[in-house]
Amino acid sequence: MELFLEIIVAVLLVTGSLMSLIAGVGLLTFPDLLTRMHAATKPQVLGFLLIFIGLAIHLRSWALVPVLALAWGVQLLTAPVSAHMIGRSGYRTKHVKRESLYSDELRTVVENASRSDDKD
Amino acid sequence: MSKRTEQPRDQRIDDALDEASGKRNRPTLKQEWPLLIFLVLMWGALWQDFSAGNLIFGALLALLVVALFPLPPVVLSGRINLWYCFLLLGWFILQVVAASVEVAYLAFFRRKKTRSSIIAVRLHTDSDLIVTAVGHVLTLIPGSFVVEVDRRTSTLYLHYLNATNAIKVARSRAKIHEIERRVIMAIGSREEYEAVRKIRTEIVDRQRGRGETGEEQ
Amino acid sequence: MTYIVVAIAGTLLAIGAVACLIRVAKGPSILDRVLALDVMLLIISAALCLEMYLNEHNNSILFVVIACAIGFIGSVTVSRFVSDQRNA
Repeated sequence: MELFLEIIVAVLLVTGSLMSLIAGVGLLTFPDLLTRMHAATKPQVLGFLLIFIGLAIHLRSWALVPVLALAWGVQLLTAPVSAHMIGRSGYRTKHVKRESLYSDELRTVVENASRSDDKD
Repeated sequence: MSKRTEQPRDQRIDDALDEASGKRNRPTLKQEWPLLIFLVLMWGALWQDFSAGNLIFGALLALLVVALFPLPPVVLSGRINLWYCFLLLGWFILQVVAASVEVAYLAFFRRKKTRSSIIAVRLHTDSDLIVTAVGHVLTLIPGSFVVEVDRRTSTLYLHYLNATNAIKVARSRAKIHEIERRVIMAIGSREEYEAVRKIRTEIVDRQRGRGETGEEQ
Repeated sequence: MTYIVVAIAGTLLAIGAVACLIRVAKGPSILDRVLALDVMLLIISAALCLEMYLNEHNNSILFVVIACAIGFIGSVTVSRFVSDQRNA
């Protein structure tokens, strides 16, 4: 039983760290800012869930579970905020490579809005 | 912001300033008890101590914090279904795992050739709470995140990874509506919940009807 | 056993951190850099979790909680700064 739990912990920790590696590789290989953003949300959601579960099992302490749940929950609340802010200002300051987009339904909206602004 | 809809819609969050008097809206204790409970639990979790004395002290601190740093009131829908919340969490984790594998594949093998789209999804709901929750959930699932929100029409503009043809775009749009349906089932208001259930039963009936006619043939 | 796990996971984290550093150095815009630093902070938190696993204590758990809670403020500030600069 002990050995079985320890193997689970090992698998969880290694997979969780693998998520960070994927995030790093994604940051390096994706073509533009908005695409890289998808890589950056990875270690936060899945990686930390796995690492926290592994840590809680390894330390065998129920007192740790609320703290880890809090840390994960707080991440779920804050990670989208920064992703949205960076993505929005990246889009507005034209950091998007046009050729990496298949379609852009926001562009027409922005163009219409700026045209009506010009009229005013 | 200037062109707000004429009728203030139900459960829409009021802005921080009251329009008539220009004063800050203060939330009532009835609106704020979920925040207070969250703060008390957070205090207990940080100390790793859920004894009564610690929690009471935490409650005092929570009241102090809420009084000193007021936030605009968050109007909840008044309905919560814990079973659907649980289902939402489980479905969310499955989606995160699947999407993580996909992003990993793209990062390692597609590299610079990765393409994506910015798509507009108009949600059915007009509650700010649901729009925010849907935006959060889909940003947390790797492969999609919100670039811009149009609050008046509850339209989300999102960047969707690897949506490189019309079929994939349609599929991702259906997925966002699936998220919306699940969030409404979990925390939406009663009217929205009933509407979602009605549509669901209609679809199921139609599928069942088609199946029966298929058997007759 | 724990040593092998820490060695493998630590190597993965280290490669991820180096990739982030390269992106910080290369990043064409300040937004790329702040995004990479955000990921870097998370990798450091993950490394602290590994250290707690190795030495069987939970002293740095509060750092992890705080890093999770306020790590987003930096990137929000920078992105506001960037969009303000363009509007001005």
